[in-house]
Amino acid sequence: MGAFISPKVDKVGIEDRVNRITKRSIKKEAKLEGLKMALNMVDLTTLEGMDTVNKVTQMCYKAQHLHDEFPGLPTVAAVCVYPNFVKIAVNALKDSPIKVASVATAFPSGHSSLDVKITDTKMAVDAGAHEVDMVISRGKFHMGDFGFVYDEIAAIKQACGTSVRLKVILETGELGNLDNVRLASDIAIAAGADFIKTSTGKIKPAATLPVTLVMLEAIKDHYYKTGIMVGMKPAGGISNSKLALQYLVMVKETLGVKWLDNHWFRFGASSLANDLLMQILKQSTGAYQSANYFSKD
Amino acid sequence: MAERINVLKTYKIFIGGKFPRTESGRFYQLNNRSKAIANVCLSSRKDLRNAVVAARGAFEKWSGSTAHNRSQILYRMAEMMEGRKDQFISELVLQGVDRKEAKVEVDLSIDRVIYFAGWADKINQVFGSVNPVATSHFNFSLMEPMGVVGLVAPEKSGLLGLVSSLCPILVSGNCAVVLASEKLPLCSITLAEVLATSDVPGGVVNILTGKKEEIMVHLAKHMDVNAIYLTDNLEHKKSVQEEAIQNLKRVVLGNQISWGDRTVENPYIITDFMETKTTWHPVEVISGTGSGY
Amino acid sequence: MNKEIKPLKFSGKWDFDPAPESVDHISLKDQYGLFINGKFENPQTSNYFPSVNPANEEHLSMIAEAGEKDINAAVSAARKAFDGPWSKMSAKERGKYIFRIARLIQEKSRELAVIETLDGGKPIRESRDVDVPIAAAHFFYYAGWTDKLNYAFPNRDPKPVGVAGQVIPWNFPLMMAAWKIAPALATGNTVVLKPAETTSLTALKLAEIIQEADLPNGVVNIITGAGATGAGIVNHQDIDKIAFTGSTGVGKIIMKAIAGSNKKSTMELGGKAANIIFEDAPLDQAVEGVINGIYFNQGHVCCAGSRLFVQESVYDVVLRKLKDRIQSLILGNPLDKNTDIGAINSKEQLGTINKYLKIGQQEGADMFQLECPIPKKGFWCPPTLFTNVSQSHVIAKEEIFGPVLAIQTFRTIDEVITKANNTPFGLSAGVWTDKGSKIFNLTSQMRAGVVWANTYNKFDPTSPFGGYKESGHGREGGLHGLTPYLNF
Repeated sequence: MGAFISPKVDKVGIEDRVNRITKRSIKKEAKLEGLKMALNMVDLTTLEGMDTVNKVTQMCYKAQHLHDEFPGLPTVAAVCVYPNFVKIAVNALKDSPIKVASVATAFPSGHSSLDVKITDTKMAVDAGAHEVDMVISRGKFHMGDFGFVYDEIAAIKQACGTSVRLKVILETGELGNLDNVRLASDIAIAAGADFIKTSTGKIKPAATLPVTLVMLEAIKDHYYKTGIMVGMKPAGGISNSKLALQYLVMVKETLGVKWLDNHWFRFGASSLANDLLMQILKQSTGAYQSANYFSKD
Repeated sequence: MAERINVLKTYKIFIGGKFPRTESGRFYQLNNRSKAIANVCLSSRKDLRNAVVAARGAFEKWSGSTAHNRSQILYRMAEMMEGRKDQFISELVLQGVDRKEAKVEVDLSIDRVIYFAGWADKINQVFGSVNPVATSHFNFSLMEPMGVVGLVAPEKSGLLGLVSSLCPILVSGNCAVVLASEKLPLCSITLAEVLATSDVPGGVVNILTGKKEEIMVHLAKHMDVNAIYLTDNLEHKKSVQEEAIQNLKRVVLGNQISWGDRTVENPYIITDFMETKTTWHPVEVISGTGSGY
Repeated sequence: MNKEIKPLKFSGKWDFDPAPESVDHISLKDQYGLFINGKFENPQTSNYFPSVNPANEEHLSMIAEAGEKDINAAVSAARKAFDGPWSKMSAKERGKYIFRIARLIQEKSRELAVIETLDGGKPIRESRDVDVPIAAAHFFYYAGWTDKLNYAFPNRDPKPVGVAGQVIPWNFPLMMAAWKIAPALATGNTVVLKPAETTSLTALKLAEIIQEADLPNGVVNIITGAGATGAGIVNHQDIDKIAFTGSTGVGKIIMKAIAGSNKKSTMELGGKAANIIFEDAPLDQAVEGVINGIYFNQGHVCCAGSRLFVQESVYDVVLRKLKDRIQSLILGNPLDKNTDIGAINSKEQLGTINKYLKIGQQEGADMFQLECPIPKKGFWCPPTLFTNVSQSHVIAKEEIFGPVLAIQTFRTIDEVITKANNTPFGLSAGVWTDKGSKIFNLTSQMRAGVVWANTYNKFDPTSPFGGYKESGHGREGGLHGLTPYLNF
């Protein structure tokens, strides 16, 4: 493992660019299309200490029946649960195109041995997860032990096998600055990440537009060098449609339209789906909506 | 038709953008020619403690706002004062000031806020410097706000003295804890209402009414207060200075000129509540470029 | 860098619907007179010329052409106001008038932005977020100076110059008017201002604002017309100071006209700025800065970063990023909130730009442009870059004043400093590097009045702006911007 050298990031410049992206005005058909696209990119998530079989089952039902009163809606992309609920979710979703993602590797802190992390991962994979969301070792990262971080990701990637896609959570809220976000992105991509993901959702700040832009630029540079596409998943803190559309504009203008697909872009969120639904209905009917008419599971 | 009964105003204190009563529940009666005109909060040291916490909490954002923004906000404050001119005048009159003088005082107060508003984005242009050090470094000095400033407001000038001593503290990005005039406190609370509706963030200015002598010592002792402006009450100069030594609070003393005097308008009273920060940065020197000018 | 990899695609999916800014809240008259002595007057020439929307060639309004008698009337109104109420007023009260102007611009900001975009072709995003707010901020900043001049110039007893004649260009019509009028008024002068003939409307709206602010009559006079009107102002005997922003060619003519007179002058003229990217720069932000540096306001910017120098080791990746970013720009209706690239200001200017595009190709440089549909009506030039350019190419030497970037490479810092300074211009420069000490080296070596480091095209009322060499003399903005309007 050689030393990692990542391009530098200028925070002020990043914020200027973000500011410009958020000024895009998405109207009419493009808005409706964007909202549906965003809905189709949601990883409906429950990662609570108090999760139960019933809670997961209810969420899986919701994932398949977002708002039955309104036909023609896309489904969400995936549900995201702890490893011990993967079987429940796989079962509940077996007749749908919705994927099951599982967090693993001693989520959310990542403080455990590699053996435990691999076991954790295998547990999810064996239970039928299509995707694994791992966390990197932020402590080792801050100590400058980038080789450790890289090796761990590579080992988990191996444990996932060839058919399970690996999302690598950088937990950017703990990385301190954008240069570190870029460096961690480059390490994760080099180690074999299929997706890079901002946050566990347990730390504030979770996903932000500036952090996402830096990660998208890392993905772009990797594409320039290798032609290989890597996916992106901002997670946590994206709760309204306007913000979701801003993320999509950022993806479109940074990586291009090929990434505007749930194979390459996801939102990790729990309350976003209902807001998107409300906006889709508003856009279609012209009436502002009330949360009372949208099921919460 | 029966005569309409006036609604009387309850004067409260101003902490963190809110208008609580003093936690002590105490009051003192304000009289004019032996007629009671208001029951004013007699603030306690706990009110002071809360005010300092509010001021400290507001400092990062206020000092971090752009100078242009602070300039606009102070100007907005002047605009709001203009709309409350009559209220200020009648309050001054109620407290015993001659009506004509009151009008002059209010006009001058508004203009003074505008004067200091204009300094926000100029103070570093006049007082900052680039220092031609003899090594290969770019070296510059900038003025920065101190932090939380305690203002012992002028006793005999209820509005003009207050804004003339408060604005220079605020304009650079300091937050203030004000001990209002004991005898003329009404305008200070009305000014708080102006502040609360002028985009000045909550906590940037906190105003306590009551017995200065009781609270002043706690202000002087407070370890999280960075400076004190003792505009008058100079009989307490020695004790304030002594107490301030504990955390090397800067103590700025009033110079006892009339608040109506033109010389009150100067930038030096702003820099009194600022620190100078000098930054060194290397300059790469290359030789033999031959680049022609 | 793998050149075989498929280029990124930025259109063809999720293309945005039109999002035009509403125009129903603005008011434009069919015809505008000359603003002289506080009133709109018919021109004594009786001549009017049309103002046209360059994005669709539709007629907007008729603008009066000021002749000699009108200029005389304007100058004499300014002189009377200077000798009369304006000099007698206290600095503090003068400041309050200027604050009023700032506030009125803020209140009417959207109307002004829409008119600026209709009249000049610039994207509404820019007129709304840059031109109008900066114009207001300029008045606000200088309003605060009126009663503080003795601190700016201690022991010098600053006095106003008198009547200032100001001639401004078409690229930032309202903002340039603010840059000229605000410091002049703050220092106690009176003004005769002439906007460019293709973009008079916001200056005339500013005249209405000045009326509404109740400034004493004659303090600000705004007269419209073309070059002859400008020459009339420059040559007028009773004008004490000329402030001009425009081309170096016209600047030299003005300098010649006032040579030997007692007129003071400031000249803000052309440029051909170097924007330099070092290999250690934050490349994505540098690319964004290059885009902003040259395609902002269709490149109609005297300080535009029209010469890009890229260190050879990062040239391929920078070029790839630049091209991809250009493909994600949106060209079209300037009133659309999503438009990045608006219309070229006039047919004449489009001709000039196209001439240079031809020259560049004839010189053997490679041209790359945004591939996009071009509106049928109006004047348009897609963002363009040239590679394979050397210092000797005409497109690397002359100011094009359009969205045209000439890219060169360099190997060492010495080389790039030499090349960057190798021009008669000296208005601005840009440098992109992660290393602070290199920035300060560059800023000390650049013969330019403004150097942006890891940013570009930033403007602020507190910051002096102006050029070295043939880019002009004198500074506008900041404390330094007071000097040209004062006698000591």
